[in-house]
Amino acid sequence: MKSKRLAIPYVIWMAIFVVVPLILVVIYAFTSKSGGFTLENFTGMGTYLKVFEQSFLLAIIATVICVVIGYPLAYVMAREGERFRKIAMILIMLPMWMNFLLRTYAWMSLLENTGIINSILSALGVFKLINSIFGTSIEYFSMINTSGAVVLGMVYNYLPFMVLPIFSVIEKIDSRVIEAAQDLGANSPTVFRRVIFPLSLPGVISGITMVFIPSVSTFVISQLLGGGMTMMLGDLIQTQFLGNAYNPYLGSAISLVMMVIVLISMAIMNRFGDGEEGAVMF
Amino acid sequence: MKKLLSVALVCALSLGTAVLVSGCGGSSASNGEVNVYNWGEYIDEDVLDAFEEETGIKVNYTTYSDNESLYSVLKSGSGEYDVIFPSDYMIARLIEEDMLEELDFDNIPNYDNIDSDYKNLEYDPDGLYSVAYTWGTVGIIYNTTMVDYEITSWDALWDEDYSGQILMFDNSRDAIAIALQRLGYSINTTSEEEIVEAVDLLVEQKPLLQAYVMDQIFDKMEAGEAAIAPYYAGDAITMIEENPDLAFCLPEEGSNLFVDAMCIPKGAANKENAEAFINYMCSPEVIAANCTVTGYSSPSTAARELLDEELANSTIAYPDSETLSRCTVFTNLPEDTLALYDSEWLRLKSE
Repeated sequence: MKSKRLAIPYVIWMAIFVVVPLILVVIYAFTSKSGGFTLENFTGMGTYLKVFEQSFLLAIIATVICVVIGYPLAYVMAREGERFRKIAMILIMLPMWMNFLLRTYAWMSLLENTGIINSILSALGVFKLINSIFGTSIEYFSMINTSGAVVLGMVYNYLPFMVLPIFSVIEKIDSRVIEAAQDLGANSPTVFRRVIFPLSLPGVISGITMVFIPSVSTFVISQLLGGGMTMMLGDLIQTQFLGNAYNPYLGSAISLVMMVIVLISMAIMNRFGDGEEGAVMF
Repeated sequence: MKKLLSVALVCALSLGTAVLVSGCGGSSASNGEVNVYNWGEYIDEDVLDAFEEETGIKVNYTTYSDNESLYSVLKSGSGEYDVIFPSDYMIARLIEEDMLEELDFDNIPNYDNIDSDYKNLEYDPDGLYSVAYTWGTVGIIYNTTMVDYEITSWDALWDEDYSGQILMFDNSRDAIAIALQRLGYSINTTSEEEIVEAVDLLVEQKPLLQAYVMDQIFDKMEAGEAAIAPYYAGDAITMIEENPDLAFCLPEEGSNLFVDAMCIPKGAANKENAEAFINYMCSPEVIAANCTVTGYSSPSTAARELLDEELANSTIAYPDSETLSRCTVFTNLPEDTLALYDSEWLRLKSE
């Protein structure tokens, strides 16, 4: 009972700053410019199909890469000794002490054609070597202003949100369970496949949620690293609020559609984790 | 238990209110302060201290990044400001929507320092609502070590020889205006065919571009990452200071002339202080200080005379009258044209 009371400030906080704004988004989405009820904001949604496709595609790619890189790292961290774990944790958290915008800006100067990576490669004679072998005449790798750079930016910025939940779930797996599996004759791949991996799924699922949602709605990364070449969902929503035609109603409608799609995909995802402790959805 | 609950409630509510109030960039009505809302990096900040010292009025200074975000803040009522710095077309829109206060020019005697060329312009024909702050033009900035001819036309932004080295405005109004000028149309056209044709031209340009940028242009041009880009004259001066290989050209097809002016939003709590602030900002010394820091052009001859000689005689900041006659000021576009701008911009961006 007592512990419940302690949650009251948080509940009030959530109500004021999360629930009320969400309700406002829903109300706005069904409001016309003149203030009446309308479905018009949704009927034109088909126009933005390409933007939705592009954003979801890039966010899915980034999420998959995060799982592929993040899972082994989290696994090793959870199974290794205290020292390694501490160092790895600091290395993961360190970039997060810096401002998100600053980090993304730094990637811009790393990836540019005359940027740091290309300058170093050029100084090392890498391009000369390539040119002499393949008979080409390249002076730099073009990395900035591509979809690849956007995915890189997402993976770099959101990877910690994949590693940490997986790590905390694997770490809590009871070692007796693993010992029991071994006693019953399972070798290490089998232990991993039949015991550790299924038990770590809730962590994977909450990691996926925490990477996918910010990725799909980002606009800073696509503007800075993607060169503004393709409009993403975040850009589209931003345009409704800060573009020429100030239209928060349409902006809210697009946000709402995005949230619904994300919710549905998360619900489907959660099916995979069924029977486990129950994944953290938000 | 009830007591604990109410304590928690009070704490949460007062915390919430504190956050709300401080989030508004200044509290409600009280004497002795003025809430100034300006573009980022668009003032000599020493001026604010000097104003506070001279008048005893406290300045709460906050910044925005573009006219559209200023508009959405004012429209949604999420901030209380006394002095704002919108550009020409946005002033017209704010006047049209009755979002500005008329100024009391008895409180702004320094208005006399502003040249008559910058009074009663098209966006505020009777000169009731605005006092010009700075002005400038849009032109092409290019790197003379990378481009081997003298650029004179917007055509350079479509030059296939420099494919991958061209930057473009990531802002529909400015970008579409360039395409309209290249086609010989007015930048204030409301004709759907002309706007669509202009965006077709931008679609054609897209494969040649390195990126659509706004403020990233400073880094990219100064470092030689890109060769050609359109931008504002005042910022070109700043970039040329950093990298002397850069040059600026005001295209022969004409360009956009913009004026940013000080206004007071409707219902401002400290209108008199706001007028005192505007008055202070119009003294020649202050205008000169601001123009020196921003690189933008002074609407006051008296202030221009106080500028460093190099800046005062810069043809980038002060083009001759023949060049200026080729420039057009943006007007506010009707709502359906603005919606067309947004949908056409989306077409360009999702190609």
